[in-house]
Amino acid sequence: MSAKKFTGAEIVIHSLHKENTEFVFGYPGGAVLNIYDAIFQLKKFKHVLVRHEQAAVHAADAYSRSTGKVGVALVTSGPGATNAVTGIATAHMDSIPMVIISGQVPTHAIGQDAFQECDTVGITRPCVKHNFLVKKIEDIAPTIKKAFHIARSGRPGPVVVDIPKDITAEESVFEYPSEIELRSYHPVEKGHQGQITKALELLISSKKPMVYTGGGVVLGDASEELTKLIKKLGFPVTSTLMGLGGFPANEEQFLGMLGMHGTYEANMAMQECDVLIAIGSRFDDRVIGNPDHFLSKPRKIIHIDIDPASISKRVKIDVPIVGNVKSVLEDMNEIYSTLEKNHDKKIQSDWMKTIDEWKAKKSLSYKNSDEVIKPQYVVEELHKVTNGDAFITSDVGQHQMWAAQYYPFNKPRRWLNSGGLGTMGVGLPYAMGAQLAHPEAQVACITGEASIQMCIQELSTCKQFHLPVKIINLNNRYMGMVRQWQEFFYGNRYAESYMDALPDFVKLAESYGHIGLQIEKPSEVTDALKEAFSKKNKERLVFLDFLTDQTENVYPMVPNGKGLSQMILSEDL
Amino acid sequence: MRHIISLLMENEAGALSRVAGLFSARGYNIESLTVAPTEDSSLSRMTIVTSGSDEIIEQIIKQLNKLIDVVKVLDLNDGKHIERELMLVKVKASHQYREEMKRISDIFRGRIIDVSDNTFTIEITGSSTKLDAYLDSLDKSAIVETVRTGASGIGRGDRILKI
Repeated sequence: MSAKKFTGAEIVIHSLHKENTEFVFGYPGGAVLNIYDAIFQLKKFKHVLVRHEQAAVHAADAYSRSTGKVGVALVTSGPGATNAVTGIATAHMDSIPMVIISGQVPTHAIGQDAFQECDTVGITRPCVKHNFLVKKIEDIAPTIKKAFHIARSGRPGPVVVDIPKDITAEESVFEYPSEIELRSYHPVEKGHQGQITKALELLISSKKPMVYTGGGVVLGDASEELTKLIKKLGFPVTSTLMGLGGFPANEEQFLGMLGMHGTYEANMAMQECDVLIAIGSRFDDRVIGNPDHFLSKPRKIIHIDIDPASISKRVKIDVPIVGNVKSVLEDMNEIYSTLEKNHDKKIQSDWMKTIDEWKAKKSLSYKNSDEVIKPQYVVEELHKVTNGDAFITSDVGQHQMWAAQYYPFNKPRRWLNSGGLGTMGVGLPYAMGAQLAHPEAQVACITGEASIQMCIQELSTCKQFHLPVKIINLNNRYMGMVRQWQEFFYGNRYAESYMDALPDFVKLAESYGHIGLQIEKPSEVTDALKEAFSKKNKERLVFLDFLTDQTENVYPMVPNGKGLSQMILSEDL
Repeated sequence: MRHIISLLMENEAGALSRVAGLFSARGYNIESLTVAPTEDSSLSRMTIVTSGSDEIIEQIIKQLNKLIDVVKVLDLNDGKHIERELMLVKVKASHQYREEMKRISDIFRGRIIDVSDNTFTIEITGSSTKLDAYLDSLDKSAIVETVRTGASGIGRGDRILKI
């Protein structure tokens, strides 16, 4: 008896199933009709139909960010693939493990300018970790296996698998490989023990040590190891936007976020420290400001990263440690226990005092108002109402920074936003992905009236799949961050940053079958939030449209091209 | 500083464009790039001539290593190596210049591989600087056409790039 034959489409579905895929976010079209038919017939996972392919990729990305598993999206050829590109690039910049399956025109039509044809592999090449064009049916299963392996190992990232339509209709035997060998790909896991010891000795003997953590701690599930080590060392710690939650924000040692909108104490400590350890972070321009200014202070820098190319890319590193952050931190904890007796914490006490003085500046203070809703206040109240335990997504702009500053995260994978690419429009699809992955959790999307309109169509997806996300729209009738830069650096010339002809968000939410509320007075903020998160509305999407102060700015701010210690502070201080 | 980087990569469609794309996306220089399959038909060997500060060259090597299709990378400038490039030059060689052209090509150990009434085509190999020197020695107006392969390089002695 010959082995059972499967169509290429069935092989795709079975392969995804073998990878324990729970959700596929997608949108059908000509080139993926065979695959959709197999989804319909085999019922191996839940398919989430979005309203635009960009949102499919964002939602799969959020599923990954909030669970640590590989997110999966499925799009058709041509416009399906090009619509997905923003989502793919967003995931790539933040190193999110994902597999994106795209349909392609039949192999014989490739290169003929066929209907809905585009060179998906060519278009996505610069914004993926890797991509494949599958040329024959026998390659489907091994390619999907490779895609998942590449996506989740080493420095994670999105992998695109482009599958021509004809081979999804052909038949072949199916065998999912249990192991895959890629001779050119061997990510380093374990850090160099000698370098780790050297790093610890340097840290212990420093007078002004500083810890700077990034998204790698979250992606590498290294929070526990990090927290353990830092508590033992007793050093101050700051985090990038992407790393928030990697170290509990309620710990005394946490100085808040650093960078362009970092706290005074975090940025000053970064600038003034004598030994800096960077953990799963990459010294990007929004984090260290002007690199020349940053380097004008002599300090030794230790850098732990899984990607050798991240080391000494923007800043010369003295002690590089290439390895998986979790494994390196485990080793550090172990080696520190042998060195602990040499650690005289008194030599660091002056530094701790200095940091306390910086902290006393309370750089995140703002003047609340009885008249007009302050956006910071809304975020603080949201934190209270959700007991600081919600999954928070944001879009990009002022509201994103206020969310990062005023909603402290004590756990990793709770804060989902586009840090690297800065993609407006991610907030709502991110909330969908997070809510599907965590059906019982509270999920809030902190957004603005400009960003939310970039993927507003997903309100429909939320209705279809009963996703009770809460939308916190900080509506200041401006593209707030653009307005802020125009105020600071362009002589108050607000070119095209005013949001005219806004929809009535309450009616808009209602037309999609959701609840909409508009809040104009500060005194109504808390009740509105309580209402949204009430038991009664547990199953409902609630769109809270807060009309906020139009002139509020995000402080502190390190102007572009300036150094970390050259912050503009709020006049309210 | 000028560096010659040799690499082995999967002999697959698209591998070349990943390397070329990396250089353009990150703004690295490419002076020349040559690629051909090796004795192992699953591998291609590429030689890239680039230039940049030590930091940039270090980044280039790391970024190349990061590409999934790239199996092995070697900066030939890290040790002793040999560099060769092939050039074909068509020069004007009408009656009164014929002897002169032959003489110059002999000095550079070129070979005349095609002759017409008015031209010679000369094949010449050597380091890129030698080829430059040959071109410099000719009257610019005598050069009709040139084609260069770009440099290939190989380590001396025990320096081997192989999997």
